[in-house]
Amino acid sequence: MEDQMSSKPYIREVPRYSWFLRQPRYMRYMLREVTCIFIGAYAVFLLVALRRLSEGREAWESFVQMLTGPASLVFHLIVLAFALYHTTSWFNVTPKAMPIQAGEDFVPGAVIVGAHYAVWLAVSVVLLFLAGVF
Amino acid sequence: MSRRQIELEVLRYNPETDTEPHFQRYSVSCEDEWVVLDALNHIKETIDPTLSYRWSCHMAVCGSCGMMVNGEPKLSCKAFLRNYEGVIRVEPLAHFPIQRDLVTVIDDFVTKLRQVKPYLIPKQEKTLAAGEYLQTPAELKKYKQYTLCINCMLCYAACPEYGLVPKFIGPAAISLAHRYNQDSRDGGREARQQEIAKNEGVWECSFVGACSEVCPEHVDPAGALQQVKIQSTVDWYQEHLMPWKTK
Amino acid sequence: MAKSNKPIIWGLFAAGGTVTAFVAPALVLLTLLPALGVMPELLGYDKLRSFSGHWLGGLVVFGVIFLSLWHAAHRLRITLHDFGVRADLLVATAVYLAAAAGTVYAVYLLLRI
Repeated sequence: MEDQMSSKPYIREVPRYSWFLRQPRYMRYMLREVTCIFIGAYAVFLLVALRRLSEGREAWESFVQMLTGPASLVFHLIVLAFALYHTTSWFNVTPKAMPIQAGEDFVPGAVIVGAHYAVWLAVSVVLLFLAGVF
Repeated sequence: MSRRQIELEVLRYNPETDTEPHFQRYSVSCEDEWVVLDALNHIKETIDPTLSYRWSCHMAVCGSCGMMVNGEPKLSCKAFLRNYEGVIRVEPLAHFPIQRDLVTVIDDFVTKLRQVKPYLIPKQEKTLAAGEYLQTPAELKKYKQYTLCINCMLCYAACPEYGLVPKFIGPAAISLAHRYNQDSRDGGREARQQEIAKNEGVWECSFVGACSEVCPEHVDPAGALQQVKIQSTVDWYQEHLMPWKTK
Repeated sequence: MAKSNKPIIWGLFAAGGTVTAFVAPALVLLTLLPALGVMPELLGYDKLRSFSGHWLGGLVVFGVIFLSLWHAAHRLRITLHDFGVRADLLVATAVYLAAAAGTVYAVYLLLRI
């Protein structure tokens, strides 16, 4: 018994900086996680906009002028891509986190996800309409 | 029935003689319908009797034969050779110490299973004379899914957070706690919360979801853990904002 | 060892994730449109000032910024840990401090409008 106990188990270290490169599912997870950088960046952008707004008409007009430029376009396209990935990845996992039991059975995941997309579409259209886009 | 020549590359480790594991290549004549476990058994029976690995039922209900097949956590009795091309790499289940060859040390997992109090803790003591518990089909369905766990530990091998933070209680153990929390006969949720609501409990989980992807019984531990997080958050606000409310 | 206090921050993270999931794409599109030659009415100075200055509009603006900041802060903390950065206490302090600063700044700016 003692001999068996003295033989040493081997511990395989997990590579701390590159573990997520090992499997596609880990890469997709990291992609989802880094959306937070761009959500955060956009929140900062909104703060900047608020500041310009509070500084008066001229400051705001020049901010809006900046929005028409190519740098703003690139920034927004990147943020939009990550925001959309955040939205889809968030909606897709909602049925797992919040299962709804109706009677005996659970509401199918596809129904919950579908409802989210429907609400998202409605909210987006209303938001853009109220903002005077169309 | 035809036979195919399959190359298996298996990680070997003899704790008495080796300082490090190494791969050993076997060339095995396999039937079309075989699984990796069949190939391993054939190796042990005809080529190399020193190869060590766990297995039992050969039908994906006992949870013994978990190992890494081409880097993916799988039950070797459920990994069909026909789904693989080229050399098949077989390694012991990730994130566990290697005891010998494909046998891992599972003590950490067993400890954590015990830790979450995986048994019914009735709200009130009930004598046999009082009769059985009654449960509706809906009440049963609420936790049934989480009873399907066969303790195969594939989820622990898939979970990167467990790999990086070994003190994480882990998917299967917390899902098991959730199974009992959701059972209408149970009254022990607070006792279990003391264990799974710790930092190394459910809060180490970042919802990677790999656990659910590899689970052979479709338990969906990722879902269970998110539900535990939501319940724990509601708990926290109740405890701190309405401390007069007793459970 | 006691139960964690993570729920406070996780609650904000989850709320922020939900709100941004519904609102962020359309909002980003809104501020992207000028670069495509479309000028939404709400981006006009008078309209936006009166919207943000109104108690409900200001609350909405604050809510979106507040939840986005805390969602991003907590997720960034987890992400840095996943990228191998092990100084969790330092990282947590830095990100939550930044989110708090942004929150205070948003309140300050909105009160000025």
